[in-house]
Amino acid sequence: MITKRIIPCLDVKEGRVVKGIQFLGLRDAGDPVELAKFYDKEGADELVFLDISASHEGRKTMVDVVEQVAAQLAIPFTVGGGINSLEDMKRILRAGADKVSLNTAALLNPDLITEGAGFFGSQCIVVAIDAKYDDQLGSWRVFTHGGRNATEWEVVEWAKEAVKRGAGEILLTSMDSDGEKSGFNLALNKAVSEAVTVPVIASGGAGNAEHFLHAFQEGKADAALAASIFHYKETSVKEVKAYLDQQGVNVR
Amino acid sequence: MIAIIDYGMGNLYSVSKALERMNAEYMMTSDQEELAKADGYILPGVGSFKDAMEILNETGLTQFVQKVVSEGKPLLGICLGMQLLFDESIENGEAKGLSLLPGRVIRIPDSVNGESFKVPHMGWNDLAIRNESPLLAGISSGYAYFVHSYFVDAADEDTLLATASYSVEVPAVVGRGNVYGTQFHPEKSSELGLAILENYINLVEGEKR
Repeated sequence: MITKRIIPCLDVKEGRVVKGIQFLGLRDAGDPVELAKFYDKEGADELVFLDISASHEGRKTMVDVVEQVAAQLAIPFTVGGGINSLEDMKRILRAGADKVSLNTAALLNPDLITEGAGFFGSQCIVVAIDAKYDDQLGSWRVFTHGGRNATEWEVVEWAKEAVKRGAGEILLTSMDSDGEKSGFNLALNKAVSEAVTVPVIASGGAGNAEHFLHAFQEGKADAALAASIFHYKETSVKEVKAYLDQQGVNVR
Repeated sequence: MIAIIDYGMGNLYSVSKALERMNAEYMMTSDQEELAKADGYILPGVGSFKDAMEILNETGLTQFVQKVVSEGKPLLGICLGMQLLFDESIENGEAKGLSLLPGRVIRIPDSVNGESFKVPHMGWNDLAIRNESPLLAGISSGYAYFVHSYFVDAADEDTLLATASYSVEVPAVVGRGNVYGTQFHPEKSSELGLAILENYINLVEGEKR
């Protein structure tokens, strides 16, 4: 039987992991490869690297990071952030990443999803959606540019469109829940997961192991992603998995 | 010496690095003269079946692969590379495969008996060992990482070495004679995947004369 996946997310800027990570005993806390190894040992099912480099040089460095991670780890990983063209996807995938994640670029140019899926296969193309509840819309609205710009898209409609165009997975972040540590946005996750035929990764709001259980049971998520609670060692991948196993959720 | 057949459709970097970590001798090329010197082969593949077969046919690698297999050299197909070993696929219209194993490649059903399943089949799934094989030496269970929307509907039960349970029983490891395949990427499937690669390296080394 397929297992539910737990995915730590690492923000990488100019080749270094940022966002104040508190890892004791690691030689170099900012080294993406060292952190990837740490999470691999902890039982992470997959990793997401978000490239938040602002410079062209930083983006080139990211390809080196991808190569190093692929050379030293035997688990799959996704790279997102600043991927704007088929050429960008090719560079990242050839360097050893398993999937690329498209966000703003996919909204600005939806054909990018179609082209990417056609060339590399749907399984390589993740579409990341930043969602925020909108009273006027009476539903969740899609945002771009790291949550700064509102779009015309309603989240479920955009998710369906992305899948129709060939997205193989949806990485769904609730901007309302992000950083709150009060749990994933279950209604949002359930709405999207039931509307599309591809796996959905819940993101934003993880505060404890129980939140992951809810994401899988009520939120119908196939995987759940978290950053700070793992980075700050508030809980570990191992603890979360032990809890899920105890609750009857199938984990690796 | 293992040769990774580079025909432009693979995620070659991670598999080559895994071989390096295991200190296996390998080359990675599309040059048939070079390829002919190898003792065994890895056929990688990511993307669509039809595109991959078009390239293999145009470059003459189809005949090359069929020839080395008939000479008894081991071949391991990975992911799409495993699907290519079979007769045909319906992905993006019908296309003929390498016909080294009997069966066809069809889409994973997204619903069975009223229960719905996400497609692609994505994530870690445990293997059930179905037949003994040197490729699975020392492996009795474990998880592998799958990511695919099509699966092999194998015509012959004997070719199923291991399966994973999803909406259908997904052939995870296949093989007959000197032809092997894994639906998952062994280089991304942690200990179990690396053990399979190690077994394959030993198998190829054992073939050396």
